[in-house]
Amino acid sequence: MKQTPLNARHRALGARMVEFGGWDMPVQYAGIIAEHKATREGAGLFDISHMARFWVTGPDSERFIQLIDTFDISKTAIGQSDYGIMCYEDGGIVDDIFTYHLGPDEWMVVANAGNAEKDWAWLNQHTAGYDVVLTDRSQELAMIALQGPKSESLLAGLTDADVINLAFHGITKATVDGVAGYISRTGYTGEDGFELFLPASEIERIWDRLSEAGATPIGLGARDSLRFEPGLALYGHEIDRDINPYEAKLGWVVKLDKGPFIGSEALQDIKANGAARTLIGLEMTGRGIARQGYPVVALDGSELGVVTTGMPSPSLGKNLAYALVKAGSVKVGAEVDVLIRDKPVRASVVKTPFYKARYKK
Amino acid sequence: MSNVPSDLLYTKEHEWVRIDGNTATVGISHFAQSQLGDVVFVELPDVGKTFEIGESFGTVESVKAVSEIYAPLSGSVAEINNAVIDAPELVNDDPYGDGWLAKFEFTSEPSGLLSAAEYEQFIKEEADK
Repeated sequence: MKQTPLNARHRALGARMVEFGGWDMPVQYAGIIAEHKATREGAGLFDISHMARFWVTGPDSERFIQLIDTFDISKTAIGQSDYGIMCYEDGGIVDDIFTYHLGPDEWMVVANAGNAEKDWAWLNQHTAGYDVVLTDRSQELAMIALQGPKSESLLAGLTDADVINLAFHGITKATVDGVAGYISRTGYTGEDGFELFLPASEIERIWDRLSEAGATPIGLGARDSLRFEPGLALYGHEIDRDINPYEAKLGWVVKLDKGPFIGSEALQDIKANGAARTLIGLEMTGRGIARQGYPVVALDGSELGVVTTGMPSPSLGKNLAYALVKAGSVKVGAEVDVLIRDKPVRASVVKTPFYKARYKK
Repeated sequence: MSNVPSDLLYTKEHEWVRIDGNTATVGISHFAQSQLGDVVFVELPDVGKTFEIGESFGTVESVKAVSEIYAPLSGSVAEINNAVIDAPELVNDDPYGDGWLAKFEFTSEPSGLLSAAEYEQFIKEEADK
């Protein structure tokens, strides 16, 4: 199993370790609920070095990213970043990504840990005719996230960068505790917060400094519950090889008017004809927790779809779920059943997202 | 590290069993609850239902995981702990006491259960994996 440069730190902190996407990662330290609340109320510290960091440089870097990304990054200024999606020709999703515009002809693409090898191959497969250089810097550069309402003041005391005025989705060169790297105002929790890209050799010391300054270590368990409430998609759940962006309510990330890109023809058709399925929110009204893969059925027992993620929401105190169902089959307020170990348990279709993100914009 | 009371019997599925006459009280071990994390939901069977040894009789769930609980012996459910249904955190706070799950009336003498020493050895091996 692969280890991040913080592996020894997690073990020293007594984290419970699990395998995730081929990596040995902390799933929890103090407990998922406590960690979730620490992030919503204070500042949470996450090791996300398992994610992939690919550099795209060269005169055609922007044109190349326009080819592989559904989003239109032509308006992404240097010092800004955007959420994007890489699609297959048929509109299915290779991965969701963040594209950071670092400098003239210099971009960083951050992708999911579990998809890193596939994404790397996918990018390299499409460079023909583009004057670009791809560099995998995932090893040398660690990545940690500091998320929650107290992140800004906590980080401001440890960096030379003006993080108070760093824009939403902005990225800047910075030194943190004397170490040079990048800070971005991005994250995956629905809170204001930052992601730090710093040399792997120094990351343990910086982790400790942030922790001493009051940040709470957060494992992958709470990372999932924190992204779930504000409705941020997770590959293998809301998005996947067989799910297209329109089904996942990510049509806003698909910019068909920017010109052709991989998947654009198929996505044009899907948009014109309407997606076959749609992502809905469910609140369990019966006793039970919906989990990924559980069938969702109408009250007459007819099939509607399947749960993509479900759990008890630590912030809202309800058992909630996302489900991918036949388009147009249910409306907000409708009642459905979730089959939990073959037993129907009642749920209501509710508005999404469950939690309103509190970004500083 | 883990708390394993010597007066109880255990299973490799991390249940504990307290035998009292014809009745067996069942819960999950301290090790099991610590591995699971915050217990947020417990599902238990109706009283009177019968189970064969090794059959799933309910679930204990954390925020992220569903863990089945297995009958450590064959018998019928004599009583369930309604307190853990309303307050699942009892399973974390007091796994061998107020966090018990169900009482079974067994039909044949229990067999194959582990002693505290054997269970301690077993979880040590699990933790080293």
